[in-house]
Amino acid sequence: MSVIVYTDINNGEVVKASLEAVYYASKIASEKGGECIAVVCGEIDNSKLEALGNYGANKVVHNANNTTDNGQKAKLVQSIANANGASLVIFSHDFAGKAIAPRVAARMNAGIVSGAVELPQFNNGLVVKKSVFSGKAFASYKVNSEVAVISLLPNSIDIETSGASASVESDSTDLGDSRITVSELKTKGNGDKIDLTEAELVVSAGRGLKGPENWGMIEELAELLGAATACSRPVADIGWRPHHEHVGQTGIAIRPNLYIAAGISGAIQHLAGVNGSKVIVVINTDPEAPFFKAADYGIVGDAFEVVPKLVEAAKNFKA
Amino acid sequence: MKILVCISKAPDTTTKIAFTDGDTKFNEAGVQFIVNPYDEWYALVRGLELKESLGGSVTTVTVGGAENDPIIRKALAIGADDAVRIDTEANDAFLVAKEIANYASDKGYDLILCGKETINYNGGQVAGLIAEFLDYPFVSQATKIDIDGSNVTLECDVQGGSAALQCSLPMVLSAAKGMAEQRIPNMRGIMAARSKKLEVVSPSGEAATSEVIGYSLPDAKSECKYIDPENAGELIELLHNEAKVI
Ligand SMILES: Cc1cc2nc3c(=O)[nH]c(=O)nc-3n(C[C@H](O)[C@H](O)[C@H](O)COP(=O)(O)OP(=O)(O)OC[C@H]3O[C@@H](n4cnc5c(N)ncnc54)[C@H](O)[C@@H]3O)c2cc1C
Repeated sequence: MSVIVYTDINNGEVVKASLEAVYYASKIASEKGGECIAVVCGEIDNSKLEALGNYGANKVVHNANNTTDNGQKAKLVQSIANANGASLVIFSHDFAGKAIAPRVAARMNAGIVSGAVELPQFNNGLVVKKSVFSGKAFASYKVNSEVAVISLLPNSIDIETSGASASVESDSTDLGDSRITVSELKTKGNGDKIDLTEAELVVSAGRGLKGPENWGMIEELAELLGAATACSRPVADIGWRPHHEHVGQTGIAIRPNLYIAAGISGAIQHLAGVNGSKVIVVINTDPEAPFFKAADYGIVGDAFEVVPKLVEAAKNFKA
Repeated sequence: MKILVCISKAPDTTTKIAFTDGDTKFNEAGVQFIVNPYDEWYALVRGLELKESLGGSVTTVTVGGAENDPIIRKALAIGADDAVRIDTEANDAFLVAKEIANYASDKGYDLILCGKETINYNGGQVAGLIAEFLDYPFVSQATKIDIDGSNVTLECDVQGGSAALQCSLPMVLSAAKGMAEQRIPNMRGIMAARSKKLEVVSPSGEAATSEVIGYSLPDAKSECKYIDPENAGELIELLHNEAKVI
């Protein structure tokens, strides 16, 4: 059984979350004794497509259409899935996956599980575990349709590379007319800073920092560690920090390897978006702050004294 | 402008998550249900703003039993004109979206708005499924929509930033933060909601394609290791040597 994986590109590069999806799909394909076929839409160097073999793709089907219409991309994925008799289609549960995966599920009459955190099991139909209640629990979903669509929660699996190369096939499926045109793409204006949704390390701060002028030390620590910056909701709401840094149940959910939280109380809605982090460090003056219950490392102290010490130590560590 | 807003119920954000029936059902005992925040704060309020500036109507649609009526009344109190409830159990996103698409297919809605995901199942699938079932264009995670005649401009979150888009009606979008500001219903709205129409319609009988067979909670965190604030720098060593994350 072949497994199809939609592989998203951005600025001529395969996005990291999609590399995880390719690896995930290849694990399933090899368990099932089938091929892992990556579908790529848009212009990109052939060498970067061949390099998907490194993550487990056997074959890459490439359509050079630069469309931004998720309807057209869904059509492409379905046509390649059908051509290969595939009954399983994998996405990353990232921006692209959220836009395209449900359309593919509708086209293929497929049950869809989004935000999977583990490989599926096949001993009783297809069962896969996903994150629910904004990270507060997991649910095992059984898919009862012939075709299944699974999207993988970013940063949920560890990937290994093999050094293999994938064969590349070009595709010229007619995708029909685009109904969406992009007039402008805006980056977050944070230059080369690491994107929060892709970051492995995150330094975050909350209302305990008292004002926007005090974020210098947070940014410095983040830069030293190679981390992205994040914040609690009130801090974004009062305009101390940009909205795209707001993490939590009503902001974005992240699962970095390290989450350092300074001056954040750890309200349940905040925890919901960050408790999938592998290691949590909490810095708070209040020993009773609820965040300590979710922490791996805690420092009961004033962020204005503790964070500069961490900055110093990070400098020494780098040196 | 005929606007349809998909509304779902979700447990209050402070709910302690627990399960019953051998961990196969969410324990609803004592749980306070709210309108899913993305549906309410962003999709519904932006729908109302568009109606206020362009004229037309805002209808909400919910798939589920009568236990949804209180949250539907809340949406009416915030300002929706009327509501539809498709009377069947909302077993999975596929079923919910198909029922809504079947209902909407001959009603001529110009714009269908959903929240970007529910805070209980975090699927984020319903809007895209509806769009495909109706063969409409779809903008996922939209943070802005303006309509000027037949010209629809939007912004949405994408990898690494945002995109400004153009689209045409009819269309479907899923709404994310930035779309609108939360509105608190006033007394007049709450009174008016009581007499607004909440139509209960029979389902078209779509089947679910997936089911939850069990729930689990994350592993309990190991004890928090405290570090003396005076020697805070030690943390960096621990993160490197012990936790091995840097
Ligand atoms: C429906 C709903 C959805 C929500 N969604 C989210 C969400 O997605 N994300 C989110 O973050 N919140 C969310 N909230 C808000 C949440 O309930 C909390 O109000 C919020 O997370 C608190 O932010 P905070 O920790 O920065 O501020 P506070 O709660 O004010 O905490 C500040 C903390 O800083 C500590 N502190 C003060 N001074 C210092 C110092 N000098 N050094 C170190 N520590 C110090 C204090 O002890 C305190 O613990 C939501 C709320 C609701 C009702």
